Amino acid sequence: MYDGLAAAADLPRGWTDEQEAGSFRLKPQGNQAFFGCTVGQHSWKTFLLPPRTKLWQAERQGHGVEIVPHQEQTPKFAFIGVRPCDLHAIAVQDRVFLEGPYVDPVYQARRRLAFIVAVNCTRAGGTCFCASMGTGPQATTGFDLALTEILHGLEHYFLVEVGSDQGAEVLQEVPHKPATTAVQTLANKLIQETTAHMGRHLDSDGLKELLYRHYDHPRWDEVASRCLTCGNCTLVCPTCFCNAIEDVTDLTGEHAERWRRWDVCFNVDHSYIHGGSIRTSAKARYRQWLIHKLATWIDQFGCSGCVGCGRCITWCPVGIDITAEVRAIRESEKEE
Amino acid sequence: MVSNAPAHRPQAAGLPTPMLPQPFQIQRVSQETPDTFTLVLQPASGTAPFCFLPGQFNMLYAFGVGEVPISISGDPAHTQILVHTIRAVGTVTKAIQKLKPGRVLGVRGPFGSHWPVAEAAGHDIVIVVGGLGLAPLRPAIYQILAHRAEYGNFELIVGARTPADLLYHKELERWRGRFDFRVHVTVDSASPAWRNNVGVVTTLIPRARFDPWQTAALVCGPGVMMRFTVQELLQRGVKPENIYISMERNMQCGIGLCGHCQLGPYFICKDGPVFAFDQIEKWFALREI
Ligand SMILES: Cc1cc2nc3c(=O)[nH]c(=O)nc-3n(C[C@H](O)[C@H](O)[C@H](O)COP(=O)(O)OP(=O)(O)OC[C@H]3O[C@@H](n4cnc5c(N)ncnc54)[C@H](O)[C@@H]3O)c2cc1C
Ligand code: SF4
Ligand code: SF4
Ligand code: FES
Repeated sequence: MYDGLAAAADLPRGWTDEQEAGSFRLKPQGNQAFFGCTVGQHSWKTFLLPPRTKLWQAERQGHGVEIVPHQEQTPKFAFIGVRPCDLHAIAVQDRVFLEGPYVDPVYQARRRLAFIVAVNCTRAGGTCFCASMGTGPQATTGFDLALTEILHGLEHYFLVEVGSDQGAEVLQEVPHKPATTAVQTLANKLIQETTAHMGRHLDSDGLKELLYRHYDHPRWDEVASRCLTCGNCTLVCPTCFCNAIEDVTDLTGEHAERWRRWDVCFNVDHSYIHGGSIRTSAKARYRQWLIHKLATWIDQFGCSGCVGCGRCITWCPVGIDITAEVRAIRESEKEE
Repeated sequence: MVSNAPAHRPQAAGLPTPMLPQPFQIQRVSQETPDTFTLVLQPASGTAPFCFLPGQFNMLYAFGVGEVPISISGDPAHTQILVHTIRAVGTVTKAIQKLKPGRVLGVRGPFGSHWPVAEAAGHDIVIVVGGLGLAPLRPAIYQILAHRAEYGNFELIVGARTPADLLYHKELERWRGRFDFRVHVTVDSASPAWRNNVGVVTTLIPRARFDPWQTAALVCGPGVMMRFTVQELLQRGVKPENIYISMERNMQCGIGLCGHCQLGPYFICKDGPVFAFDQIEKWFALREI
């Protein structure tokens, strides 16, 4: 989980996670690594696109109404330990919220101030498949500083890559020295091993076309019979961006507010129009989610909506696995 | 950036106008049918013109209740007023229905794509509407009539459930008296006193005069009505890329940021609501998309 840090001692040092479809466990790792945990249920969107935001308030004035934007002192975040998949997830949300035609001002203000320290992955989490999505396990862009944590024999140090001027400035304040080739080789080896040990794979070749061919696939019925439509997958997903508007008023009826909160496409209300919702069946809602992530997103934003972080697999209470669902559809084509 | 805040309050660095409703005052309310009414609005302060293209919509905010997408139904040439025709069906639209002249609504917009009115110059025009579908097309009709010489034949086919459900009664009568375009009206059912057509709109399409190769067809109405109308138009040889329809989805932001209005790869609020049929044919045919 992500929360405020006051000192390095607040990092979950020595802990690691064990993840499988539908399960997440923390356990001691038997070493003193600071970044032994991969990704948990939180993602950085919690800070860039807060779960609830007040947009404006309004007062009734006689017959008129005065509407005043909510003023927020934009919080200035430093994100410590951003995994490569999550760097990509931030880049995906940048496309959604910053590349128009309309820009989201709340996201934009927070994003502009955020300082990002990435950490390359030297261990694949149990449900990760970033290598298939081309998003990890090594950070390539989108950070101010990128670390590789190295535990080698009795040595414990970080290899740092500078990604921005601001990153370089911060590094000036930390004791450091140029990295030797040996250290760089070691770091590369650790990262390569991570790729080799990644347990899951999602074949993204022609994926959009594959899914567009299969809106009526029987697999949607099958997965819908397991899916609880709880929406956990959307809440943990670092790219899911749906939000709902809530207009509220106080008891006097003189004061009204508009709030925005995260929304979930698995809710029947999500597609409600007068006369009834568009996507009533669980099948239609699961299909909307998966096809949006992996196919329509590409048409909408020019990139995949999935970065292979594996969160939706881990946090699905019934262990539905997006990679397995795609595989089932792909393999049915081969059988035909 | 425009804000409703008085001068002493600092302008927000944050919310740009598209997210902030602007207060508009109700000048006039006219009853169209038992459950449908037309509002004429003006900015509550200032006289900034409201410019829009036919087919675009606004998000209308009823104080403390909520906000709904409503097409603009007035004349695009009249930028000093804003006209909306609304059917009271649920929470927000019923709250708006209760508002008397003088009261204020919040308006965000205009949003979305438009009917290709200017682009269709040189073509025959067929407009087919069912029920409330006439509202989003009325601005297109005004604009075509204002530039009538630029178009070929112009046929308007209007359908409603019963004669009492027809919008813009008097205006329809006036239009029917004109010689520069033909207005066909039909209802699903009527008493014997009704001297006009009875039957669904599609039955009138064969009667319309147009050159299918040189025709732009604009269609708006309930889903089933649009489905059959498009079929009929295709059968008469109108090209799918020249048939336009307006789609509906749940809308909350109106600006492509909330995810509610998706239809396959499209956001109806920014890519639509008006689409060329060939653009969405594939999605239109699917259920629960
Ligand atoms: C592009 C567009 C143009 C429209 N133009 C008109 C018009 O000119 N005149 C008119 O009367 N109606 C129009 N509608 C439909 C109108 O938006 C709905 O009738 C209205 O939202 C119903 O809200 P309600 O609160 O009264 O109903 P409820 O059933 O109480 O709905 C509750 C909430 O659900 C959402 N919702 C319900 N129905 C719809 C819907 N059809 N579309 C989007 N969100 C919905 C709204 O957020 C609404 O507040 C249009 C819809 C769209 C998408
Ligand atoms: S869809 Fe699943 S694996 Fe892909 S980015 Fe979202 S949570 Fe991660
Ligand atoms: S796929 Fe799993 S996490 Fe997502 S809605 Fe269904 S049951 Fe919940
Ligand atoms: S209404 Fe929010 S994305 Fe279209």
